[in-house]
Amino acid sequence: MFGYYLDLALRSLKRSPGLTALMVLAIGFGVAASMTTWSVFRAVSGDPIPWKSSKLFVPQLDIWGPDSRKKGGYNDIADAFDYTDAVALMRDHRGKLQSAMYQVSPSVVPADAAKHPINVTGHAVFSEFFPMVDAPFKYGSGWSAQDDQNRSRVLVLSDKLNQKLFGDVNSVGRSVDIEGKDYRVVGVVAHWNPQPRYYDVVNTGGFVGDGAEDVFLPFNTAIDVGMPNNGNTNCNAIPKESGFVGLQHSTCVWISYMVELDNAAQVESYRNYLEGYMRQQQQAGRFNWPPKYELRVLPDWLSFEHVVPDDTKVSLLVALGLLIVCLVNTAGLLLAKFLRRSGEIGVRRALGAPRNAVYAQFLTEAGMVGAAGGVLGLLLTGVGVACVGWVLPKDIAALAKLDVSLLAMTLLVAVVATVLAGLYPTWRASRVQPAWQLKSN
Amino acid sequence: MTIHPMISALRRHKAGVVLIALQIALTLAIVCNAVFIIGQRIQRVNRPTGLDEQNLFLVSQQWVGAPAGDDPASIQKLDALLREDLAALRAMPDVASVTPTNSLPLLNSSWNGSVSLHADANLIGGNARTTYYFGDENFVRTLGLHLVAGRDFNAGDVTNKGFRDPSEPTVVIVTKALADKLFPKGDAVGKVVYLDGSGTPSTIIGVVERLQVPATGSWVSDFAWNATIAPVRLNANFARYAVRTKPGRLQAAMKAVTSTLYKVDPLRVLDDDSVKSFADIRTQAYRADVGMAALMGVICLILLGVTAAGIVGLTSFWVGQRHRQIGVRRALGARKADILQYFQMENLLIAGLGAAVGIALAVGLNLLLMKYYEMDRMPVLYVLAGVVLVLALGQGAVFAPARRASNVPPVVATRAA
Repeated sequence: MFGYYLDLALRSLKRSPGLTALMVLAIGFGVAASMTTWSVFRAVSGDPIPWKSSKLFVPQLDIWGPDSRKKGGYNDIADAFDYTDAVALMRDHRGKLQSAMYQVSPSVVPADAAKHPINVTGHAVFSEFFPMVDAPFKYGSGWSAQDDQNRSRVLVLSDKLNQKLFGDVNSVGRSVDIEGKDYRVVGVVAHWNPQPRYYDVVNTGGFVGDGAEDVFLPFNTAIDVGMPNNGNTNCNAIPKESGFVGLQHSTCVWISYMVELDNAAQVESYRNYLEGYMRQQQQAGRFNWPPKYELRVLPDWLSFEHVVPDDTKVSLLVALGLLIVCLVNTAGLLLAKFLRRSGEIGVRRALGAPRNAVYAQFLTEAGMVGAAGGVLGLLLTGVGVACVGWVLPKDIAALAKLDVSLLAMTLLVAVVATVLAGLYPTWRASRVQPAWQLKSN
Repeated sequence: MTIHPMISALRRHKAGVVLIALQIALTLAIVCNAVFIIGQRIQRVNRPTGLDEQNLFLVSQQWVGAPAGDDPASIQKLDALLREDLAALRAMPDVASVTPTNSLPLLNSSWNGSVSLHADANLIGGNARTTYYFGDENFVRTLGLHLVAGRDFNAGDVTNKGFRDPSEPTVVIVTKALADKLFPKGDAVGKVVYLDGSGTPSTIIGVVERLQVPATGSWVSDFAWNATIAPVRLNANFARYAVRTKPGRLQAAMKAVTSTLYKVDPLRVLDDDSVKSFADIRTQAYRADVGMAALMGVICLILLGVTAAGIVGLTSFWVGQRHRQIGVRRALGARKADILQYFQMENLLIAGLGAAVGIALAVGLNLLLMKYYEMDRMPVLYVLAGVVLVLALGQGAVFAPARRASNVPPVVATRAA
């Protein structure tokens, strides 16, 4: 029977090619616009570490007090750490795994004297950073807690920088010249470029294009050699001393912090710890306002930091609006098309076809229009994703990918949406009174 | 023409009428808001920076092996490196003027703080927010700023200090926007201000017409032109130089700059990305805004096209359905123009109904965007223009089928359906 309906649908669609083309075009464009914006939205709103994001937390401490919010125009407490508190929390070590970190951008001098020095980006982190974020190692591993303590000159390279400096070899044990000082390679991270850069959205804004980080080195070592931070620095008061050391003694915030807590009990006890820490700081006379802190789980943290750009959400919303208009439009055109065939329906009904048969026939027709619209939509979505690059910032556009799931989704949305749009017209068609049609003809 | 029979005729096509009206309402809501977004973005992109943007480029570079310390000896060593570079750049044949600078408008790398009229204010309690530019006596000239009061820096004003040295300059030039905010009477020159809650005074010696902040995000919109220029060479292990070339020599100078600087000192980080024309900086800064405007434009065009096509399709169907009635009316003496008018009028009714609902939807959508996505309130003008647009769209779309209807000959009345 389905084959017969397909045949009927094809005949019907061929009979009014103009109307059919209109419907297919409307659905194609509507679906393509939605799917293109969806692909971007999906890319930027995805969970960067789904197997673990519920265990990763970002603490925030109110070290600036209510005045900073009232006069300084901040809506919330500081979203990064000053040096004093970052170091204190690391020392207390109350989470399962934790790391303070800051963004650096040192220069690397290649061993080959003919080559010019290059700039690299990276983070100064603690040893627990690597197991906490499940960084995949190609060679070697991270450094030890002892290296943190000893302020060792060790580092972890990205696959890319390793390639550039040494060629594709296991470089563990070799040394790299960073700003005139030698560091021993202890590990090479396999290609790893999580988007958004969830462990430090404060400094990266979340998205950093396709460039993975080049180096990781011990936090204490970087502080020791005076490697300055390369990210944001926010102050509520100007540092009293100059230089990078002055920054470390100030209340300016420039350090990110992340902690892994495996269960509700650990979270609870960490909250108590933060509360206690802030109370203790207050009693020590550091500030005179009631202790305030936040501990956000990673997904909440990402949304709090507005990692998904508003533009992406607005585009998706507007494109979905376009899709709805296209469907309303298709519903109207299908209605016109189906009701024009009242005579035909009357004959079929009079010959004994049940309402269900009318349903099946017309929904098949709607489905065919949807499938055709979907195929057009596929092509246009391909064009759309390819063009996203000159509509959106490069780092975000690069994330939008055309993959099998997006293609399947495009077709599915097209067919399902069109069938839904066809429901009302079909219902109207099935209500056609056979007797009335036969008489008037 | 009486409306009454038309309305009763429409009652027989309730579903079609509702679908067209709904489509027009949604189209109106989306198009108004999309056009509003486009308008806002265009406005942002067209904000003047205050710079003479022609023939201007920026070099960002980093020394390797330069002292990282903040002690006076290191700072003087860094300053020597900086001045050596400046001299080499100024000696280039295509170069007209050079200044060291910490940033440029639209570069999105900024140093912001507050200006206070009193010494006792702290950083967050100042009288105005400002961004800081640090340059030398060539800053105003190199960037092509217009001095509207007071005087420019001279070589004697310029000092140097470490990158993280919190001391404040004794003289500054401010923008007119900032001067007017602090001294509404227009007598800013010669007045004293306190920067970032510091206790040491800085005297305003000049006012430039305009200089935009480096950041382009929406968070700077309330101080987009509040800038303070300090006559200070900042000494760090990296430096930026703004270079104005002789007219038409931009490309040549940009090409030659890398080798010139390497000749001074090869131990530095300097690559293709380090030399950027201001035109490129502008393009990069507003890429997202231009993109958003383009996307909204494309969506508007598709929407209007789809809606127009839908009206053509449904009206054609109605015309087909009412062939016989049209024939009867023609036979009873209706002129072609009457039939044409009937369908145009009918569409106006439906589109009007849709537009009425659409106004509410448009305002609702705007409120939603305001609440969740930091959008501004849409002026009524956009909604009114949208209403006119969709009504005109409806009239245009219905014209072809209506004309076909008006061409139905009266003789159809006598034929069987």
